[in-house]
Amino acid sequence: MPIGRLFAVIVVMFALLVFFTTRWTVIDAASLNNNHLNRLTLVSQLRIKRGKILASDGTVLARSVPAGGRTWKRVYPTGSLFAQAVGYSNLTEGSAAGLELSDGPDLRGLQTGLSSIFGQLSSNRVGDDVYTTLDARGQRAAMQALGGQDGSVVALNPRNGAVLVMYSNPSYNNNGANPCGKGAVGSCFNRATQASYAPGSTFKIVTASAALDSGLYTPNSTINGNSPITVSGVPLANDGGQSWGFQSLTTALTFSINTIFAQVAERVGRGRMADYMKRFGFYSLPPLDYPPTEMRASDVIGFNGKAIPPGSPQEDIGRIGIGQGGLSVTPLQMAMVAAAVANGGKLMTPHLTARVVNSAGATVKTISPSVYSQVMSATAAHELTQMMTKVVEEGTGTAVQLTGISVAGKTGTASIGPTGANLTEPSFVAFAPAENPRVAIDVTVDRSQGGFGGTVAAPIAKAVLQTLLAEGR
Amino acid sequence: MSARNRELLGLIPASLLVTAGFAGVFIQRSNVISNVSLTYGAVFLGLCLVAHVVIRFTLPHADPYLFPLVAALACFGIVVVYRIDPTEARRQAEWFVIGLILFVATIVIFRDYRKLERYRYTIVAFSLLILALPRVPGIGQYSNGAYLAIKVPGLGGFQPEEFAKIGLVIFLASYLRDTRQLLVTGGRRVLGLTLPPIKHFGPILVIWGVAMGIMVLLSDMGSSLMLYGGLLAMLYVATGRISFVLVGLAAFALGAWYLGTHIPHVHARVEDWLHPFDPRLYNAGLGSFQIANGIFAQAAGGMFGQGFGQAVLIFPGTNFHLIPAPETDMIYAVITDELGLFGAAALLVVYLLFIARGLKAAVLARDSFSTLLATGLTAMIAIQVFVIVGGVTRVIPLTGVTLPFVSYGGSSIVANFVLLALLLLVSDRARRPVV
Repeated sequence: MPIGRLFAVIVVMFALLVFFTTRWTVIDAASLNNNHLNRLTLVSQLRIKRGKILASDGTVLARSVPAGGRTWKRVYPTGSLFAQAVGYSNLTEGSAAGLELSDGPDLRGLQTGLSSIFGQLSSNRVGDDVYTTLDARGQRAAMQALGGQDGSVVALNPRNGAVLVMYSNPSYNNNGANPCGKGAVGSCFNRATQASYAPGSTFKIVTASAALDSGLYTPNSTINGNSPITVSGVPLANDGGQSWGFQSLTTALTFSINTIFAQVAERVGRGRMADYMKRFGFYSLPPLDYPPTEMRASDVIGFNGKAIPPGSPQEDIGRIGIGQGGLSVTPLQMAMVAAAVANGGKLMTPHLTARVVNSAGATVKTISPSVYSQVMSATAAHELTQMMTKVVEEGTGTAVQLTGISVAGKTGTASIGPTGANLTEPSFVAFAPAENPRVAIDVTVDRSQGGFGGTVAAPIAKAVLQTLLAEGR
Repeated sequence: MSARNRELLGLIPASLLVTAGFAGVFIQRSNVISNVSLTYGAVFLGLCLVAHVVIRFTLPHADPYLFPLVAALACFGIVVVYRIDPTEARRQAEWFVIGLILFVATIVIFRDYRKLERYRYTIVAFSLLILALPRVPGIGQYSNGAYLAIKVPGLGGFQPEEFAKIGLVIFLASYLRDTRQLLVTGGRRVLGLTLPPIKHFGPILVIWGVAMGIMVLLSDMGSSLMLYGGLLAMLYVATGRISFVLVGLAAFALGAWYLGTHIPHVHARVEDWLHPFDPRLYNAGLGSFQIANGIFAQAAGGMFGQGFGQAVLIFPGTNFHLIPAPETDMIYAVITDELGLFGAAALLVVYLLFIARGLKAAVLARDSFSTLLATGLTAMIAIQVFVIVGGVTRVIPLTGVTLPFVSYGGSSIVANFVLLALLLLVSDRARRPVV
C-alpha cells in the first residue's frame, strides 16, 4: 500500500512538471516570446528576410543581405539621399526609424496567429517588398538644388497625395552601425515632418483661402495697404515700410502686402481661421504613413513656448494671417496647403507607401487615394490659383518661371535671429502646371543672410519642379 | 515470451530513437554528415546489446523493461548531447563504456547484494565523507555559487553526491529494516495522526541534519532536496506512517525557509525563482539569466517544438551562449525547445514507466531490505528528475542536478548505471521462481 501511494505522489509531481511545461510552451508562450529580455525573439526577427523598399521607378532604397547564421542585415544603396524617408532598422539595438519602422509589419511579412501556437514553423520567412511613391530623380534634384544648405524639400502629387520628394538636409548615413546614436554623423531630425518653421508669407495662401471661401472677399476686393498699421496694439509694417494705398486682394498676394492680409485675417476672425487651418491639416499630426514619433503637428506657439489652442483669444490673429504670431509649421504641412489649392480645394491624404508586393511578385496591398478634407470650394481654389499664378508671373516669385508651363506659387521670408542681424528663413510654396497641377511643392531653407523666398527658395523649387514635370508627372 | 526476449524487443524503441535522432541532427547539419557520426549510433546500440547479453546470463529473471527504458533515455540523451556539442557526446559515450563496466562489475560482485548490509556503517560513513569533499579547499570545485564537484586529475569534475545517494539508500534500507518495527509501535494519536514516540524521531533528525548540512556547507539545495525526498520516501514505505512524512516535510520546509532567508546563495536562487524576468536579477551575477532563458527556450518550442537541431543555443554571428549549461542542467529546456511540449511530456512518461517498474520490483521483493532498497533507488531517480525538471520549469528554485541518463556528466552516468544494476539485482531475486 505505501508503495502504491508513493507512486501516486510521484505521478502527481510529474503531472505538475507537465503542467508547468505546458504553461511555458503554450499558455504563456506568446507573452514570453515578446518579453524584451528574450533574445530568441531577436534571433527569429534577424532570420526574417525583410522585403525591399523601392522608389517608384524600382530603384532599391533598402534590401536584405545575408549576415551569417541564417540571419540578414539591411543595406541602403542610396544612403543619405533617402535616409530621412526610408529610415533604418537596427534590430540588435532595438531601434528603427522612417518607413523601416512604420512599414515594419509589411516588410516582415504577414504573421499568422497559428505560428505562435505551433512554434516558429516557418524558419525561412521572407517579408514583402514595399514600393514607395518617392521619385528617385526628383529626390536627387532636391538634394542637388539645396546644395548643402540646411533645409528641406517636400513635393506631393496633389491629385492623389503621393509624396514624390521628401528630402531634409543635413541627412544621415543610414548604413552606419547606430546611425542615430551618439557620435553619429549627420542628423536623423527630419525637417520635412519635424521642424518648426515660421512660414511667413506662404501662409497668406491659407488666409486667402479662408477669405475667398467664406465669401467675405473676392480676388478684386480692395483693402487699404498703407503702412504701418496697428495690429494687436503693436505697429505692423510692410516690407521696406511701403504704403500701397487701396489694392485688390490679388495684388496684395502678388506683392505680399502684410498690412492687407493682417486686416483680412482679423476680419475673417480667429474661429474661422482655425476652422480653415484644421481643414488644411493644422493642429493634427500629419496623416502620413510615417512614424508618429518623427512628425509634429503644425500649430501656433505662445510666448511661453506652449501651443495656443485653435481660435483662442490669445492669438494675434492679424500676425498669424501673415505667417507670424507664433505660427510653427512643417514643410510637409505647407506642401499640403499647396496641394489642396492645386486639387480644386480637395486635400488628398499624403502617403509614402504605394503598394506592397509579396515575394512571389503578387501585389498584396495597394494604397488607394483618399480625401483628407474638402478645404474650400472649387471656385475659391480656382480664384486662388489665378492669384498665385500672378505671384510667379509678375510678383515676388518670378524666379520659378518655367518655359511653357505656368506655375502658381507664393514666397515666404521670415525674419529670424536678433533684430538687425538680417537673417532670414526663405521658403517657397508652389504647384504646377497651374491649369492642371501635377506637383505641389514646399521648399524651406533654414537660414539665409538677407535672402528672400523668391531669391533663395524659388530657384530650388524650380529645379525640382522641372525634374518632376519632365518625367511626365 | 521469456523476460529476456521481451527485453531484447524493448531495445527496438531505443534503437529507433537513436537512429531517428542522429538522422535528424544530420539533416539539420547537412554540410557535416559523416559516417563517423553514424558510427556513434551503431557503437551505442552495440553497447546496449552487450549489456543485454550480460543481463541475460547473470540476471535471467530481472524485470525486462527496466533496461530498455534506461537504454531509450540514454540513447535520447546522447543524441541531444551530440546535437549540443559533438565533442561532449564522444566523452559521454566513453563514460557509457565505463558505466557499463561498473554495471557489469556491480552485478558480478554483488550478486548477493544483501551482503552490502554488512558494510552499512562503512558505506554511510564513506558516503557522508565524499559528500563533504567538494567543500575541502584545494580539491573542491566552486561553480555557480555551490560546491558541487571535486577535481580529479584527468577526469575533470567528479560529483560525489551521485554516488553518495546510493550509499545513503543502502544504509537506510538496512537501518530501517531493523528499526521499522520500533518506529511504528507505541506512539500517541494526535489530531488523527499516530505520532511515534519522540525518541524514535532520531532517524528523521539524522536525515534532516544531513540535508541541512548539505545546504549550509555546500549551498547545494538540489542534492539536499533529492536526498531528503528519497530518504523520506523510504521512511514512509518502511513505516506506513504518513505522520513521518508530514513532520519530515514540515521540518524541511522550516529549515529551507530559514536557510533560504539567511544563506546568500540559497536566497539568491529563491529570488531568481520568484522573479526571473526582473531585469535587475536577470543581469545580476548568480542572477535569473539561466532560468529566464530556459523558459524562453521552452516558449520557443511551443506544442510540437522546432525540430531536432533547430533550437537557437548561440546567438548567430557571436560566441554568446543563450542558455548556460545546455547539456547538463538545462538539457530539459533544449529538449522542450526542439521537441515541444509533447516531446518533453513523452520523456517524462518514460521516466514514469521506469519508476513504475522500479517500484514494482520493490513490491515483488520478498524481504524488507530489498523492498526498501528498490524503493529508495527508484525514489532517488524520481526526485532527481523532479528537482531538475522542476527547477527548469520554475516549479521549484533551479539547482544543479543532472537529468538521470540524459544529461551530460560522467559521475551521473556511471553512478546511475550502478543504481540500475542494484535495481536489477533486487528484481532478479524477487522474480526468481521459488524452488
